[in-house]
Amino acid sequence: MKIYLKIWRQKDNHSKGCFKDYTVDDVNKDMSFLEMLDTLNLKLVKQGERPVEFDHDCREGICGQCGVMINGIAHGPLKNTTTCQLHMRSFKDGDTIYVEPFKAAAFPIVRDLKINRSALDRIITSGGFVAVDTGQAPEANSIPITYQEAESAFDSAACIGCGACVASCKNSSAALFTGAKITHLELLPQGQKETHVRVTEMVEQMEKEGFGHCSNTEACQVECPENISVLNIARMNYEYNKSKLLVKK
Amino acid sequence: MMIYFKNALTRKNLMALTGLFLSFFLIIHLLGNLQLLLPEKEAQLQYNLYSHFLSGNIVIKLVSYVLYACILLHTLDAIYLGIKSKKANGPKLSRDRRSRASTWQSRNMMFLGIIIFLFLVIHFKDFWYHYKFGELPHDENGNKDLYTLVVNAFDSIWYVILYSVSFLALGFHLLHGVASAHRSLGVYHPFYSKLIRILGYLFSILITLGYLIIPIIIYIKH
Repeated sequence: MKIYLKIWRQKDNHSKGCFKDYTVDDVNKDMSFLEMLDTLNLKLVKQGERPVEFDHDCREGICGQCGVMINGIAHGPLKNTTTCQLHMRSFKDGDTIYVEPFKAAAFPIVRDLKINRSALDRIITSGGFVAVDTGQAPEANSIPITYQEAESAFDSAACIGCGACVASCKNSSAALFTGAKITHLELLPQGQKETHVRVTEMVEQMEKEGFGHCSNTEACQVECPENISVLNIARMNYEYNKSKLLVKK
Repeated sequence: MMIYFKNALTRKNLMALTGLFLSFFLIIHLLGNLQLLLPEKEAQLQYNLYSHFLSGNIVIKLVSYVLYACILLHTLDAIYLGIKSKKANGPKLSRDRRSRASTWQSRNMMFLGIIIFLFLVIHFKDFWYHYKFGELPHDENGNKDLYTLVVNAFDSIWYVILYSVSFLALGFHLLHGVASAHRSLGVYHPFYSKLIRILGYLFSILITLGYLIIPIIIYIKH
């Protein structure tokens, strides 16, 4: 396959970026999108040019490191998939593909397609953990959790924190990410105890990071590699309102 | 404390509560206005009596203040969140096809809201202001003749088109707004969430059709 690429090149956060045209001739349809970029980079290195920088790690769709806007869609045309799990068979021979980084004020561009997603980490640091002292590991059966509880907690915990929800949102809201983290811990007895503190802290951190509001367009779920439900956002709203209205400080 | 007022979740709660109150008002307003479709003579007396009752009632007066407050708060909140969203978005995407993942109305609530707001300005000026502060002839029963004012206004096809476009904008606004408001307030149960969406669609369609037929029927009748 022959693929024409228009890739966003930007030296650092302060400089101006622009699209640069590249052509990759020897693309195999079974290559992943990142392997196609590797092929391009190999060519660029041989030519003595600076390779295109992009985030990646496991390349198995579970780490949440990769993520770029491909033809204006987070993680590309396939729904509910990561960039590394997108293969070139999703494109046609001779296609022109636009590749841009995820864009949001809270995700400053580091270089080219690489962005700084530390804002999501800081939301986790503000409350996405269990702080009650649990001592030594107790007998496993002393905390009964039903199969359904475990499953739905895991549905929320499946979020890999790639930031596609923010990139897909017209308001650059991190509500799906934060909602999923809050719901995951709220559904389990160990996490439930601190829900009120957690939800307040995490929502306030989300605000401080400069993410936008959620207007329930539900685009985030469609593009989310893990298909995290938008109902996690509603749950966050519910828990937040409850903690503000009903919990004595 | 300040962060609580600036907080997007709180603003969305306010947006949802005012929106739901306005949606409730739409039902009452529509039911009242359906009197316009009665046979002409009966409609005139009945509608003028109804308007007179509304304008003289202290409870209605208090509710109307809540209504004005809701319209203002809903609008101010939209402006606040609109600015916040613009700030959060940062640099624009050069190629943007994100719209494939959501409905048109959910992405254009601000645009639809602006049409509705402009409509309200015209609507208030032509009827509400005229009735309250203008000079109107009286009907047989001595009530101000709002009916004739309304019917004459809808003589013009342009006026009917203006109203129809505004009602369609309202309909699309509700199509997303009603269900979204419940989400913002925290309805996370999958079953009720789905139920509210279906009922919200039904509500939007009925309200839109209800409002749409009034100017059209009046235009055809006269």
